[in-house]
Amino acid sequence: MLKKLIAVCTLTAASVCQTVYAESDPNTTMLTNTCVACHGNVGNSTGPAIPNIAGLSPIYFIGAMLAYKYEDEDQLDEIIDADVDFEDVEAFPRYSTIMGRIAKGYTEEEIKLMAAYFSSQEAVRPAQTFDVAMAAEGKKLHNKYCEKCHENEGRSADDDTGVLAGQWQPYFLYSMHDFSNGERAMPKKMKKTLDKISSTVGHTGIEQLAHYYASVQD
Amino acid sequence: MKTLNRRDFIKLGSGSVLAGTTAMSIPHVALGATKKVVVIGGGAGGTIAAKYIRQADSSIDVTLIETNKEYYTCFMSNEVIGGDRKIDTIKHSYEGLKKHGINVVNSMATAVDADKKVVMTAAGDSFSFDRLIVSPGVTFKDGAIEGYDAAAEEAMPHAWKAGHQTALLRKQLESMDDGGLVVISPPPNPFRCPPGPYERACQIAHYLKHNKPKSKILILDAKDKFSKQGLFTQGWKARYDGMIDWVPAAETGGGIKAVDASSMTVSTDFDDYEVDVANIIPPQKAGKIAELAGLTDDSGWCPVDLGTFESTLHAGMYVIGDASIATGMPKSGYAANSQAKVCAAAVVASLNDHDMADPSYVNTCYSLVAPDYGISVAAVYRLAEDRSSIAKVAGGLTPSDASADALQREVQYAYSWYDNIVADMFT
Repeated sequence: MLKKLIAVCTLTAASVCQTVYAESDPNTTMLTNTCVACHGNVGNSTGPAIPNIAGLSPIYFIGAMLAYKYEDEDQLDEIIDADVDFEDVEAFPRYSTIMGRIAKGYTEEEIKLMAAYFSSQEAVRPAQTFDVAMAAEGKKLHNKYCEKCHENEGRSADDDTGVLAGQWQPYFLYSMHDFSNGERAMPKKMKKTLDKISSTVGHTGIEQLAHYYASVQD
Repeated sequence: MKTLNRRDFIKLGSGSVLAGTTAMSIPHVALGATKKVVVIGGGAGGTIAAKYIRQADSSIDVTLIETNKEYYTCFMSNEVIGGDRKIDTIKHSYEGLKKHGINVVNSMATAVDADKKVVMTAAGDSFSFDRLIVSPGVTFKDGAIEGYDAAAEEAMPHAWKAGHQTALLRKQLESMDDGGLVVISPPPNPFRCPPGPYERACQIAHYLKHNKPKSKILILDAKDKFSKQGLFTQGWKARYDGMIDWVPAAETGGGIKAVDASSMTVSTDFDDYEVDVANIIPPQKAGKIAELAGLTDDSGWCPVDLGTFESTLHAGMYVIGDASIATGMPKSGYAANSQAKVCAAAVVASLNDHDMADPSYVNTCYSLVAPDYGISVAAVYRLAEDRSSIAKVAGGLTPSDASADALQREVQYAYSWYDNIVADMFT
């Protein structure tokens, strides 16, 4: 079950968050420099297939990286159980083309440093085109189904879910594709919600959501 | 902290100093404690080194010396050759770097005085430095292919430096009749962009398949194996079956040894081939200025300390990108980007007399087999404890059983990769 957290820095995540402010920490800079040539300056991607990673929740970031690194679900659970810093992390196996190959090159401690850095960066929501009517329908769907866990029109990182507001459309659609065909696992609650969306509005609903999140640009 | 060669220039007033970039023979020099870095080469390595030094320590004076006013990326240039991309989309200006306070000088670096720590340019200016970073890319080994002179370069373009040469090769393909023979001659190792010649074969085949389907591509290789070989071979069969013929070194006696541009003939030790379009990619070595600066060894490449990229031949001078001997890392644009960031950290640490972070390196490289068919290789590297190698700790290729959807997605990732890496370089 997805643990709902009320703040970015819970007790266990505090150690992660502290490093956020050690801006001059050269090891963090060295590490995150390896990410930004693909993910954009401070994690704000200028390429629409590659996700923005600035301003994500550190817990979510860690969950994603660990899932890429440990593809075997049992091993993933073991790793999370073994580290008190991961207490709030709930990782779900996720498909990737390339991140699985890359994430295996970093230690858990390095992943924590990366999480601290990128979570402290301001997300710049890109100017991307969207269909106004589709976005309006998407907004209704969001309010009905998604807002509860992806708060503030999908902007919030505090709920430790993915930040949806301003996420690039192609990336969002890839993710939804992976969720729906089982290549990316998700919390039960989300699965139930997604099933409801697809049984009522089908794939059009997913596209409407994509347009809506693209429309949130502030 | 290292100071400049003030003994030579101490009498210059600050007005003259400011004029140093334009005045003949007056070295561009800062008085007092300003630390100065000169970067030679505004490509994948040099742009990043200059920018990341300024980002880490804006008190450092950084000058970037680059011959060309505009830069054409080699990455994605094969798509220009294949015709799916306009050349203007790979053209970038240096204006964005100036916003970081980098002094961009458009001239060719012609000499480095290691004792005086000064770089000279073709325009007649000199630039003094505390630290020099050389990121000159590659140049071709003289006389490695008999007959491949300046005139032959126009008749049989290498297109291994993007821009004019890229456009030239594209034009020749457009002019070729259906049923023509295109020869690609990949060089021996090591060379810039190991998968490049084979991606190029894909892009040319993509054009020919849809426009001149009776044509053939013959790859006369100087090697017996090549980067992403399994994936390329699979892609050729899937998309261009019967159109691309790859001939290994064992069957060519080591590839093309001579060309005759006037008769459009290329020759191996065993055969002569009359061709319609020839893409000759000659054997390579470090860019010329690296050799002139005394930074190369007998191999023609630059030995460096792998944790800092400081030359093992000249203290205070660093070599990054294709020109350096970076052991496990390939000569790729992304590798140059990653090395530049390690080098920038090392230079900043050395100028400020503090320890640098543990180096971390990465490479990510996409190749486009077709508009909906991309493949990739990625790796994360660490410095070996004895500093003898940059060793791969993780990574790998696109799986050979990747789904059509995955291959299509890799194309989109390649385009976004491009968007982000050029933003990293030029904004």
